[in-house]
Amino acid sequence: MKTIFEKSVPGRQALSLPECDVPLYQLSPELLREKPLRFPEVAEIDLVRHYTALSKRAYGVDDGFYPLGSCTMKYNPKLNEEAANLPGFTGIHPLQEQKTLQGALKLMYTLGAKLAEITGMDQITLQPAAGAHGEYTALQLIRAYHLDHGNPQRNKIIVPDSAHGTNPASAAMNDYITVNIPSGPDGCVDLEALKAAVGEDTAALMLTNPNTVGIFDKNIRQIAQIVHDAGGLLYYDGANLNPIMGLIRPGDMGYDVVHLNLHKTFSTPHGGGGPGSGPVGCKAALAPYLPGPIVTEKDGVYSLTPGGDKSIGTVKTFYGNFLVMIKALAYIETLGAEGIRLAAQLAALNANYMMARLKGHFPAYSSDICMHEFVISCEKLKEEVGITALDFAKALIDRGIHPPTIYFPLIVHEALMFEPTETESKQTLDQACDTILELLREAKADPAAFKQHPVKMPIGRPDEVTAARKPILVYTPASS
Amino acid sequence: MSTYTPHTPSEIRSMLDTVGVKSLEDLYSGFEDLWTKNLNLPPGKSQMEVIRFFTELASQNKLFGSIFRGAGAYCHYIPSVIKSLVSREEFVTAYTPYQAEMSQGILQSIFEFQSMIADLTGMQVSNASLYDGSTALADAILMLREKKKNKVLLSSALHPRSLEVIKTYLTPLGIQIELIALEEGKTSISDLTAKLTEDVFAVAIAQTNYLGIIENAADIGQKVKANKSGFVMSVEPFACSFLKTPAACGADVVTGEGQPLGMPLSFGGPYLGFIGTTEKLTRKIPGRIVGKTHDASGKDAYVLTLQAREQHIRREKASSSICSNQAHCALTAAIYMAYAGKEGMRQVAVQSLSKAHYLAQEITRLPGFELQYKSEFFNEFVIKSQIPADIIINACAQENILAGLKLGEYQTLWCATEVNTREDIQKLIDVLKQIKA
Repeated sequence: MKTIFEKSVPGRQALSLPECDVPLYQLSPELLREKPLRFPEVAEIDLVRHYTALSKRAYGVDDGFYPLGSCTMKYNPKLNEEAANLPGFTGIHPLQEQKTLQGALKLMYTLGAKLAEITGMDQITLQPAAGAHGEYTALQLIRAYHLDHGNPQRNKIIVPDSAHGTNPASAAMNDYITVNIPSGPDGCVDLEALKAAVGEDTAALMLTNPNTVGIFDKNIRQIAQIVHDAGGLLYYDGANLNPIMGLIRPGDMGYDVVHLNLHKTFSTPHGGGGPGSGPVGCKAALAPYLPGPIVTEKDGVYSLTPGGDKSIGTVKTFYGNFLVMIKALAYIETLGAEGIRLAAQLAALNANYMMARLKGHFPAYSSDICMHEFVISCEKLKEEVGITALDFAKALIDRGIHPPTIYFPLIVHEALMFEPTETESKQTLDQACDTILELLREAKADPAAFKQHPVKMPIGRPDEVTAARKPILVYTPASS
Repeated sequence: MSTYTPHTPSEIRSMLDTVGVKSLEDLYSGFEDLWTKNLNLPPGKSQMEVIRFFTELASQNKLFGSIFRGAGAYCHYIPSVIKSLVSREEFVTAYTPYQAEMSQGILQSIFEFQSMIADLTGMQVSNASLYDGSTALADAILMLREKKKNKVLLSSALHPRSLEVIKTYLTPLGIQIELIALEEGKTSISDLTAKLTEDVFAVAIAQTNYLGIIENAADIGQKVKANKSGFVMSVEPFACSFLKTPAACGADVVTGEGQPLGMPLSFGGPYLGFIGTTEKLTRKIPGRIVGKTHDASGKDAYVLTLQAREQHIRREKASSSICSNQAHCALTAAIYMAYAGKEGMRQVAVQSLSKAHYLAQEITRLPGFELQYKSEFFNEFVIKSQIPADIIINACAQENILAGLKLGEYQTLWCATEVNTREDIQKLIDVLKQIKA
């Protein structure tokens, strides 16, 4: 498809401004841009057709099943969008005087209190823009805590080898050394390996529970004990909260600090890669280090209170992705306590149902009951007929299903990681399972043909090697 | 109450049978002791009640009739077509485009965004977006980090919140920060020269700066280059479309806050961090990058590329931990930039510049009001008044006007854009006159 630049016609313009009703001001020429912009020149209809065509070459949750593991692609309620689009929210300036912002501040305060209740934490910051940004912020809190307690030698973050890649990367951004520890065959923490790894240099263990294989680590209290006894802190990666939200609270499991992904667990849309929102919750011991400002309440008046002397500072220009917060609060208000708990259980039911239907046909990584997601492997298929997880994913695309996460977690070869979420019906799951089993037969019958997928999309498999070796990252007109 | 789940009781029973457990609770057997007994949240509400709740909250915020405040969040006209296009569900409800074949629309939109940002800044490459203007600035500084140098110089006229974010990002890494003083609201070249020592790996300024003033960016760039340090410019997009490009000023990395490009004020977010840099620094860019390639039949294809920089591949060796970014905001900005087009960007810039100068002229015609700095500005400026800022702000608020931002007891930072009419400005002047009387 042509780019918007190739649709440009000199002299066209969609934007029309009123006549300037004040004298035109001229800057001295040496300050001015040395070359004109090469932005597209299009009419409004050109623009509308272009982006409508692009939207038809995209696929969202509203289009169909999207079992992308670890991403919790649940339905994004339209009500939440309407709430976030109210002019009383979109039209307010972040630096208005606080007495003119009481609705917004109350909203943030309410959301913070509810997230604190759901996570079992004492205090919440809503500032981080995404999950990884939340991780980053939480690690700053951990760092500040240890420094304040006279322990600058605590410079290591322990991460299981099944962890999300953002964990070690966020640790590195805080100058921490990552210590990878092996997981057991079910992705759970190897207690002996953990005991051997902790010590006077341990700052924290970063752990998601349920883990990335979809298994709830039942030893969590023991794990917390080991880490705490060594003087370290326990960090909860909230990416996998969905099947336990409202049922089991990270705070009760022994975690000291958590990040949440409002764009996963709390139903706000992913927008093709953000904006998300990654609030961080912590126990009272870590609260003094939280970034400021935090919304506080006194006698029914809400205020933005700056961070205290021990605060790590601030991690965003303003207060966080406010419109995303509105959508998450709308979700919590709609579901309420019982709805949240039921949604969590149905997320686990859907994953277990799919796993039960598929596990006789693929090696499942664990035959136990899973939580929100499960992992099956194409390793056997690869050995037998050379069909890989990638091939399988591409075949699913042709059948109108978004593929699961592939090649993750790293501890499973040829992994396919499915997370159906609770908003999918039994019919959708059955249809997906039927399709997967059909594809399995096709793969075995004619592997060569199978490797041609996808064939029904606007493009076939792209040449990613050339893309990385000779990067073309911006449009250049053919003539230049 | 709605859970947005389609399951009927009989379906739940049949699914439990397939799984081989008796009840939903049984899915959690072996760790029942961890269940929270009493979740202190109210019961669910109907959709009608929920929207009523939010409408009530929204009504407790004041919407001003006219806004003369910027300071990092700008009120520009947002064409209807933008809201309509960005609301398309395929854009809204998609994840990061990992599966290129079914995500060509999103990937191409990011490629076009990158192209426009590169053109705007005059730089060679760009990425899919960063969290906001401040984190982008911190990321840019970190891109320039060198082994043997450990200091950055920051203009005192960066946005104060950006200064805080940079400090937060750099402190754990042991990087030293020094501020460059101002002269007439501009980054002082003599102070810069004095502080440009061998251990400085990066210098960052804002164009236009927090006080609205146009910096001598080219002169600063020259000094910085002569010291073999990296040069970072944080730009306001309309100023950037109009003023000498950062590339021409010698910038190595250019970042900015993209909110003015079609995003509403929204109490500070979601906004958009953008970045442009040189080809040489491409592999140090944090976050997602889209590249153009082809499929086996030779058709143009877009993919997420240079992923060897990223957290899911490199883990602790990644250039950043960024995963979700602000893709939907980048889409908004791309549509805005294409809508405004080559000439429209300049027209918005010229009108903003002209209205701000008219506003400044009208305010300073009043006795007791003067410009704090003599330096040339773009669409923001600082007024020093004999009347305390608080009194000005309150008087304006009573007339439904959001006045300039209080910077000091007698200082306010004012802003105008294409949306402020001459009539609005006259109304403001009348209010200011009244206070005087």
